[in-house]
Amino acid sequence: MTIDLTQFHEAFFEESFEALDSMEAALLKLDIGAPDKELINTIFRVAHSIKGGSATFGFSDIASFTHSLETLLDELRSGTMQVTVPMSDLLLKSVDVMRAMLRAVQHKKPIDAQKVSDLQFDLELMIAQKNTAPAAAAAPTPVAIAAPAPAPASAPAEVAPPVPVPKRWEITFKPFPELFARGNDPLRMLRELAELGELESIADLAALPAFAQLDPQSCYMAWNLQLRAEVEESAIKQVFEWAEGDCELQIELVGGPATEGASQAASVAQPASTAPGGAAHIGGTPAPTPPPAAHAPVSSASPAAAAASPSTTAAAPTQAAAPAAPPKLEAVPKADAPIEKMADSGSIRVSVEKIDELMNTVGELVITQAMLSQLGSRLEGPTAEKLRAGLAQLERNMRELQESVMRVRMLPINVVFSRFPRMVRDLAQRLGKQIELKLTGEQTELDKTVLEKIGDPLVHLVRNSIDHGIETPEKRAAAGKIPAGTVHLDACHRGGNIAVEVSDDGGGLDKHRILAKARDRGLVGPNDVLTDEQIYELIFLPGFSTAEKTTDVSGRGVGMDVVRRNIKELGGKIELRSELGKGSRTIITLPLTLAIVDGQSVSVGGETYIVPLISIVESMQLKAENVSRLSGRGEVFSFRGFYLPIIRLHEVFGVEPRTRVLDEGLVVVAEGEGHQRIGLFVDDLLGQQQVVIKSLETNYGHVEGVSGATILGDGSVALILDIPGLIRATAVRSAA
Amino acid sequence: MSANAPVKNAGEGSHQVLTFVLGKETYGVDILRVQEIRGYSAVTKIPHAPAHVLGVLNLRGSIVPIVDLRMRFSLDRAEYTAVTVIIVVSIMSAAGRRDFGVVVDGVSDVVDVDTDEVKPAPDLGSRGATDYIRGLVPVAERMVVLLDIDKLIGTELATLGGSNVNQAA
Repeated sequence: MTIDLTQFHEAFFEESFEALDSMEAALLKLDIGAPDKELINTIFRVAHSIKGGSATFGFSDIASFTHSLETLLDELRSGTMQVTVPMSDLLLKSVDVMRAMLRAVQHKKPIDAQKVSDLQFDLELMIAQKNTAPAAAAAPTPVAIAAPAPAPASAPAEVAPPVPVPKRWEITFKPFPELFARGNDPLRMLRELAELGELESIADLAALPAFAQLDPQSCYMAWNLQLRAEVEESAIKQVFEWAEGDCELQIELVGGPATEGASQAASVAQPASTAPGGAAHIGGTPAPTPPPAAHAPVSSASPAAAAASPSTTAAAPTQAAAPAAPPKLEAVPKADAPIEKMADSGSIRVSVEKIDELMNTVGELVITQAMLSQLGSRLEGPTAEKLRAGLAQLERNMRELQESVMRVRMLPINVVFSRFPRMVRDLAQRLGKQIELKLTGEQTELDKTVLEKIGDPLVHLVRNSIDHGIETPEKRAAAGKIPAGTVHLDACHRGGNIAVEVSDDGGGLDKHRILAKARDRGLVGPNDVLTDEQIYELIFLPGFSTAEKTTDVSGRGVGMDVVRRNIKELGGKIELRSELGKGSRTIITLPLTLAIVDGQSVSVGGETYIVPLISIVESMQLKAENVSRLSGRGEVFSFRGFYLPIIRLHEVFGVEPRTRVLDEGLVVVAEGEGHQRIGLFVDDLLGQQQVVIKSLETNYGHVEGVSGATILGDGSVALILDIPGLIRATAVRSAA
Repeated sequence: MSANAPVKNAGEGSHQVLTFVLGKETYGVDILRVQEIRGYSAVTKIPHAPAHVLGVLNLRGSIVPIVDLRMRFSLDRAEYTAVTVIIVVSIMSAAGRRDFGVVVDGVSDVVDVDTDEVKPAPDLGSRGATDYIRGLVPVAERMVVLLDIDKLIGTELATLGGSNVNQAA
């Protein structure tokens, strides 16, 4: 028993977080009133597996909390309780708390105990409320809190009608005193048994010595257990597997349904009659929060029980727990857990580094293949023809290989979308709006690195839509709309890009107000005429907000500029369209991956540079009459009514160009941050191609105006231009 | 300077050194740092790079900067010919391992150097920094200058790694 369990912690956390996500999703789908059985089962399984895992790893706080949760869920599962709105709120809160607890434990930080116990209290209260209704004799308040309060011993544990379970097992479990030293916890075994079916446990405290003689590290207790469950003996043995050799264990099949009534009566009577030293009658499922008294004797700390006058009877305090939780867990077939695991194993976890390594190797192969193709095309003769055919085949296979490797890094956008149902629900509730969230194209796949960075911008956009876009139900009704607004998230592939769209049918953007605000703040001259596009563009300026009041949700004016910067960093674009009174749409265009960029090759002198296609607006040849010099320094040219500065790439990068005359070369109109446009003067355009981005910083360092490098078909290196960086660099230079 | 040259450790025994020629001198680098020796091919220039950083090359998929040691040592510039050689070495810097290519006139030999025979570099005073010289060792009646490439190139990398490349502009 000296296995180092910490090695499994990471896997447990990862699985638990994923499980919580699926639990949250299931909770949100749960219909109030007519819940789907399968969904409840999913939710229950999550709570159950987290409970099991955290108990195994000794995260007792999490185990205790999830236990309460599980108890409540079990009520739902058996149909004795109904899903209500407060309950689903409570369950969602539980998901948050569990997540926080797991995170705290993962990072070895203290758990927010107050929050946990508050929620646990709420959970238990809900269970207790249900219990008080049918079982009049049971304690009116959650019993768990009032630990030593001696509840009427007469209150039978079996308040619920006996579940028709045919088999009845009688188990005598007598651990040796050294049990604890071997790392076994009888409480856990009892809980596991309770999951198999209906469990009656009677603790035999006969061997318990007086307090003075008591050794807290020894186990003095034994248990007589009765289990009603449709299970095989082997399943029961499995529970005690770890304790084998550390205990005396007898398992006997005593009867089927026929003897049910009689045995039940016997078991109720037992507390009074059996066990000479006073038997503790403990509910099969330990009470919601294990009350100190009931908990203590079963787990490791016998002294607590001993303190409660062991010589007389330990029955009084412990019996209090008995009526609290009628042990009526439906038989959870233990065997079904491994089956589920099997079904999940269609995927494996691979570290991102391994995939990156694979990507690099494939990238090199592609380059080598390109070199071979070039060589092959120069050969002549009959065998050369065959060689070329072979090379063409190789090229196809390479492309497929490269695509497959890329796909390994791809994840469906659902990973990001899945956080929205919850967020929208909470926000709508808080703002008193009715909002329906529509998700489409969730299966659209994109690179993991892009995926990780797109989440926050999307959250912001959705929040904006809900806070500013969708009107209150009254306003909507007045405008002749249905009271519930719709926020629509859509993703789809468009060419080599992915388009993500956030749209709403709310009030839309008020052009005039935006313009007025911009004029107020001096961002736009009083007589400037702006196109719609340019007006919406203003929203992306830092600190710009037309919201009448700032809420804690949005409206502070930070945000849209950050959204746009994030999108730009990913090499994407963001566009806004809106119609007053009908709603707005935000369209984000992103590259599928950060490892590859669509580029335009340009030449300056003997050098080749790659300009990312996404930053290019247009390429053109300049006429001398369109160019003017500003204050003898910079050059500008007119482009669609605007004057754009010319950046001569050969000057910035210090290379000898083919030509310095503007109308002999070409100008690439490129866009930096915030629609800032420049004309990039180069010798010539070469061609468009997809290039694999390589870092310059691995072996060298950062270079201003360059975002990376790539390897061309002939094996030579070309630098990839960073247009925003280039604009910044030249701005600094001309200012100096 | 000369005091910190690790020359007095007889326990190290001998180690192998790759020697190469630069002008009239012979230099040596620890063979364990040598990744690869390849012929010279055209490099891609890097904007704003120091003069002795010629540019970058594709070395089996990774982008490797190329340094001209002649320029680094302020020797006369040589024409790059078919026999001009690039030695790719790895450097341990604060930022981890980095690969660099150095252009030399030609590669001579791999020799065993007895650690006891390594003499400390003479102190040239303020005329030239010699902290990148690990020591001098006679090999076949020639003096081989043992280089400490971490100090030779690694210290420059520290300045390249940041964004203060503007000064070249």
